[in-house]
This record gives sequence, C-alpha cells and structure tokens, in this order.
Amino acid sequence: MREKKRCAVLTFHTTTEAMAMERRCQEGGIPGRLIPVPKEITAGCGLAWRMTAEEYERWRPELERLGLRFQEAAEMMLY
Amino acid sequence: MIYLDSAATALHRPPEVERAMCRALHTIGNAGRGAHGPTLAAARLVYGVREKVAALFGVSDPARVAFTANVTQALNTAIGGLIRPGDHVITTVCEHNSVLRPLYRKEDQGAELTILPADALGRVDFDALGDALRPNTRAVVVGHASNLTGNVVDLKKVSDFTRSHGLLLIVDAAQTAGTLPVHMEDLGIDVLCFTGHKGLMGPQGTGGLCVRAGLDLPPLLVGGSGIRSFDRAHPSQLPEALEAGTLNGHGLAGLGAALDYLLDRGMEDIHRTEDALARRFAGGVRSIPGVTLYGDLDAPVRAPIVTLNVGELDAAEVSGRLWDEAEICVRAGAHCAPLIHRALGTQERGAVRFSFSCFNTEAEIDRAVQAVADIAGEG
Repeated sequence: MREKKRCAVLTFHTTTEAMAMERRCQEGGIPGRLIPVPKEITAGCGLAWRMTAEEYERWRPELERLGLRFQEAAEMMLY
Repeated sequence: MIYLDSAATALHRPPEVERAMCRALHTIGNAGRGAHGPTLAAARLVYGVREKVAALFGVSDPARVAFTANVTQALNTAIGGLIRPGDHVITTVCEHNSVLRPLYRKEDQGAELTILPADALGRVDFDALGDALRPNTRAVVVGHASNLTGNVVDLKKVSDFTRSHGLLLIVDAAQTAGTLPVHMEDLGIDVLCFTGHKGLMGPQGTGGLCVRAGLDLPPLLVGGSGIRSFDRAHPSQLPEALEAGTLNGHGLAGLGAALDYLLDRGMEDIHRTEDALARRFAGGVRSIPGVTLYGDLDAPVRAPIVTLNVGELDAAEVSGRLWDEAEICVRAGAHCAPLIHRALGTQERGAVRFSFSCFNTEAEIDRAVQAVADIAGEG
C-alpha cells in the first residue's frame, strides 16, 4: 500500500517558470517532478514541482543559486 | 523550378522541420493547459524553442521571448502597447507596412511621427536622428534590413542614439532573423520582433517578440492564458502575458527544428552562402543593358536581396515571364513598403525582387541571370 510522504510543493506564476524549473532540475540532477497543483493550494499556474520535504531542504540552496522563480513553497502530505 | 523568393517566405527548409511538425501533430497537447503527458510535452517543446530563440538573439531569460502568429502581430503588440497619444516616434521610409500602419494608427490617435528619408541608394542617414529629436520623443522604430533593397541598418549606431537619449528602440528583424546576428541585450534593443518563416526557416504562423527586462508591455490580445484563470484581468507575467490563446505548438515544433539546424550549421555560414549567391546574381545582372538595380549593392553587409527593373517593363510582367518561361519564382509589385518605392521612383511599376536561401545553388543563380538577360534582350 502506498504511503503519503511529507512533500514540498513549489508553485509557479506561469507555465514558463514551471518549465524552467523542470529543465534546470533535470540538468542539475535535482530530484522532483511536475504535478497538477493540489486543490489545497492557490497558484497562478496549474503545474507544481513536487519534491520530498527532505529533498527540498537539501536542494533549496541550489534552487536559489540557479535563480529559479517560483510563487511559493508549501508543505503537505502527498502520495 | 528555381525559388528565389525567400524574403517572402522560406520554401527550402531542413527536412527536420517537416519531421518535427508531423511528430508534434501526433504527440503534443495544448501547452500550459494541464499536467498530463501530451500537454507537458507541448509545454516542454515550447519552452525549448524559447531557449533557442533566446540564445539566438542574446536574450538571457527565455521568459522574455513571447510567441505570436507572425512579425506583424509582434510589431502591433510593441507599437500598440508602448506608444501613447502625445508621444513622438522616429522611423524611416524603408519600413514595411507592418511598421508603418501601426504607427499611422498611433498618429491618428494623437502620436507624432517623423519619417527619416533615404538617398538614391535607399540608405537612411541616421545622423539625422538628432535633428528629429523632440522633447516628447519616445521611440525609434526601425527595420534591421529593407525588404525591398536589402540594405542593412547599423543597429549599433541607432542604439547608441536611443540609449544616450533614453528612448525605446523597437526593431523589426523580419528580413535578418536567422541571416544576420542580432544580440538584443548587447545592442540595448527594447523590443525585437521576428518572424519564424523567412530566414529562420520555420513554418508560417510562427514569430514573436523579445522584450527587454524591466519593460512593461501591455498585451495586444487578452483571453485564455492557462494561468490565473479566476482573475478578471489577463496576467501580466511574461511570456504568457503576450500569448493569449492557444499557441501554434505544431508550428513551433518546426521552428525549433529549424533553429537546431541554424544553430548547428552556424548563422555565419548561412549568411556567407546567401551573401555570395546574392552578390553573384547582382554581379551577373549588373552588366545587362536596360537593367536598373536598387539598393546599396556594394555595402559590406547586406540582406540576401537584389531588386531590379528591366527597361521600361512593368515589374509584374517581368516576374510573370520569369515564371512562365523559366520557372523562376520572384516577387513583383509594391512589397508592402510604399515609402521606399516612392523614394526610389518605383511606385508606378513596382520592382522585381530576387531573394536567396542558403539552399539555392550557383547554377540556379546563373540560370536566373540568363533569364533576366533574355527578357532584357527581347524588351
């Protein structure tokens, strides 16, 4: 049975920001994937970047260094 | 058939363009409208093309590249969004109607317009910019190259002027994108408008504009954006702000493949090839009695365009005979650039434009020269 994990959900103002996140993360070996924005979150774009909370904590400095734009980072339990 | 009308639209394209478009027809959804596989494939494809366009034009942030249906829509967005009633704008007689008509519309709404003249070779004296300057001057709008003469504008000189006077610089790169280098940020261009279906060798229905960081450019169109759906107002974030409605994802797939080819082969090599073909043609027709050539053909940097008339013949007749007798495709008529025709005295009969692709051959050029000679000889 799948278990929910504590995750970081990064939302975006635009689809282009989401695409930039995916491209730079893939290039840089940063974990995560695009998901539809969970209904609990309000965001400009319907795409969000999902990482585990631990991964986010670890990679957050690198995301900042890359200058990747996102709207906000929310924490929630996700499959 | 010999296609010498690439300034109107590309016909010769890398085969990858067609393949990419066909693949996209079967694989992509609507970019930015969901999170399933096909829509993500579309969004990734579009973002990839943004990155390539940004790399080509020296734009550090791909989000500042917005796609439109063509360069006319891009120019209407730039001119329509930035020029206000009471503003003064400087442009030139060399411009295409895609620049002139949006400016005339602004003039009708209260803007002021100064149109710099050209000399007998169709060259604009940009030293005259200083004389044209007014306290309310807001922008200079200029084409990088004339679609009639092939003359190229020294954008560095124009941008030195606009930067030193705090003016906006809007550039129409319809005839040079993919042929001549344009580094938007080095040159200090505020809005660079381009089409995808000429020198970039992509399909029709593609184009766009690159917007300088920090410049607030209101959209021409508003509507579906894929983001902020419950907001009454269209979103202001680039590039979605300037891309209302579904993008031409299938066309952009082709444009992306064309850009791959262009970036891989190198624009310098493409320009060198086209320039050599254009100069070979110009050199060949120059000595034919009765042929009148237009433009500054000896300039070191030119767009691959050679325009001429034969004797007193109507340009349409010449182009018709070239097609009927030699299957050579060229453009006759007014070329949507009325003011430069008046400046060169060709407003009555038009002019015959030959424009070249890196896929043309020297043998094709020589056959075209002979076809012009045959028409000139027969009168």
